[in-house]
Amino acid sequence: MREDNVCKGVLVPGLPHPLLCPEKNEGWQRVRDAYEKAKVEIEESGAEILVLYSTFWPSILGHQIQAYPEPEWTYVDEEFHDLGSIDYKFRMDPEFAELAVTKCKDRGLHARTVSYYGFPIDTGSIVALKLLNPDNKLPAIIVSSNMYANRAESIVLGKSIRDAIDESGKKAAVVVVSALSNRLHTVEIDPKDDRIHSLKDHEWNSKFLEYLEKGRLEDVSQLSRQFHNEARVPKVVSFKPFWIMASIMGQNNLYDGNVLAYEPICGTGAAVVTLTPAEDTAGDLEYDEDDPEFYKGDREVLDFYDQPGMGPLEERDGN
Amino acid sequence: MSKGEIVMGALAPHPPHLVYAENPPQNEATSEGGWEELRWGYERLRDSLSEKDYDVIIIHTPHWATFVGTHFLGVEKFKSLSVDPIFPNIFRYNYDLKVDVELSKAIHDSAAEEGLLVKMMENPDFRIDYGTITSGHLVNPKWDKPIVCISSNRSKFYFNSELMQANMIKLGEATRKAVEASGKKALLLSSNSLSHRHFTTEPEIPEDMSKEHITNHNQYLWDMKMINLMKEGKTREMIDLMPDFTEQTVAETEAGCLTWLMSALGFPDYKATVHAYGTVIGTGNAIIGWDPKKAKI
Repeated sequence: MREDNVCKGVLVPGLPHPLLCPEKNEGWQRVRDAYEKAKVEIEESGAEILVLYSTFWPSILGHQIQAYPEPEWTYVDEEFHDLGSIDYKFRMDPEFAELAVTKCKDRGLHARTVSYYGFPIDTGSIVALKLLNPDNKLPAIIVSSNMYANRAESIVLGKSIRDAIDESGKKAAVVVVSALSNRLHTVEIDPKDDRIHSLKDHEWNSKFLEYLEKGRLEDVSQLSRQFHNEARVPKVVSFKPFWIMASIMGQNNLYDGNVLAYEPICGTGAAVVTLTPAEDTAGDLEYDEDDPEFYKGDREVLDFYDQPGMGPLEERDGN
Repeated sequence: MSKGEIVMGALAPHPPHLVYAENPPQNEATSEGGWEELRWGYERLRDSLSEKDYDVIIIHTPHWATFVGTHFLGVEKFKSLSVDPIFPNIFRYNYDLKVDVELSKAIHDSAAEEGLLVKMMENPDFRIDYGTITSGHLVNPKWDKPIVCISSNRSKFYFNSELMQANMIKLGEATRKAVEASGKKALLLSSNSLSHRHFTTEPEIPEDMSKEHITNHNQYLWDMKMINLMKEGKTREMIDLMPDFTEQTVAETEAGCLTWLMSALGFPDYKATVHAYGTVIGTGNAIIGWDPKKAKI
């Protein structure tokens, strides 16, 4: 095992079925069991804080980081309300959340903490924290998923969080909450008949899991645009979780991958995967996208005359 | 029992900024004002409703997004705190509202007869979305009328705008039939913005109006195109253009609310009353009323 401040990476799905009704489908139960195994891996990793990135929490105004010390509520999912209510009480790390925001700003991002009683923590974060950290042994932060952010901004966000982890001196486990393929069944199904929505979705999920099992995190990150086009319902502009995970963990392929479960949940590809830093596994990178260090704002192709960095183009053009 | 009717329909967008700017006692955040053009537009809409006799407000909301069918509130009372997940700094609203479950179930059943997939939401712990609360507050700050709340089925994401519109036209017809059969008088609200590309940053003072404008000129031109069609009573043409409008301006009409409203009103060919147009963090918002009595003049 390679020594690293980020001692574990975990991918988990966020739909509530493994938490609320695993007994209704054997696959949902296997996902629930995989959550338990991932919990044990986190406990044994020496992690001192959980850093969650949830694709179930959209943001618009930059990046939001949950900082309310003990959020508590009785939650009901807006789609699956008939599965029941979820009581929760979590433990956040406000000091670390503030540090992460500072690091985001240092790299040019618009970011802020949110710390309000009753803030609606999203389904994915609730499911992940209830199953991975049921006794609140570890403090956590939750990072939102900006709906407009694309790759450069997401990579810089990940690096900012990495900066915070390194400065804090804490060992961190990074948890990204996301489905692989995300096409839900749009009709009611009997739980026992659940399946991945299409063969194409399944094939892309399988390809990503093959890479992850080999520890090829950065390769998966760099294939995210392709995956978004092939296996995602485009509710947001891009598929970000592996950009975030890779940029926090170090943008390489040096991991031991462990696919603990892969099952359909209401048609989506639900996988539980852990990544542990390793000395040498999959070798060199296969892809070579840009590697930005700072965020300099949206590059507006239609409003470029107003971009301060570009100067008055009319003068340059000699008009 | 006399025949029920839709007494008015309105496009009633839900930026929480408008509630924040009014400083009602229910909202914890306080402001120095802002977005007056839109708030005064809501005043004019409320004035136009003051002479109307109605029993219930039916709200179709983008911020209760469902993917397996269309859902309806099926619990009589809700009392809780709504904190906006996007703008928690400005909207933390204590709500206490009643639901007309009988009418809600009637619309649910009517929609099922039209072949739509529908579901009642009967979990009492459910938290009402901030779109419903914002539109509901701005139209009826006293909350003295029960509501019916309809989720937005996001078939646009899973299929396309055309299929979404076809379903919302059915849902609008089902809503009208259920209202007429109920003997009740209903106000219908389409709780959505028009163009919907936001700014991704916020001024230090959210209500700093020197920073407010449309995100881009394309959005403005499209918004005006759609509003002018409404003003001219060309709502079928407006709905025909909706897929392009939605695509070009990432419009919140993707949720189907406005298509539902037009269908429920029978695609008005009379002039809509435009109470206001303005922007909120770069998005285009219009407050527009359709009074079916005008169709009879």
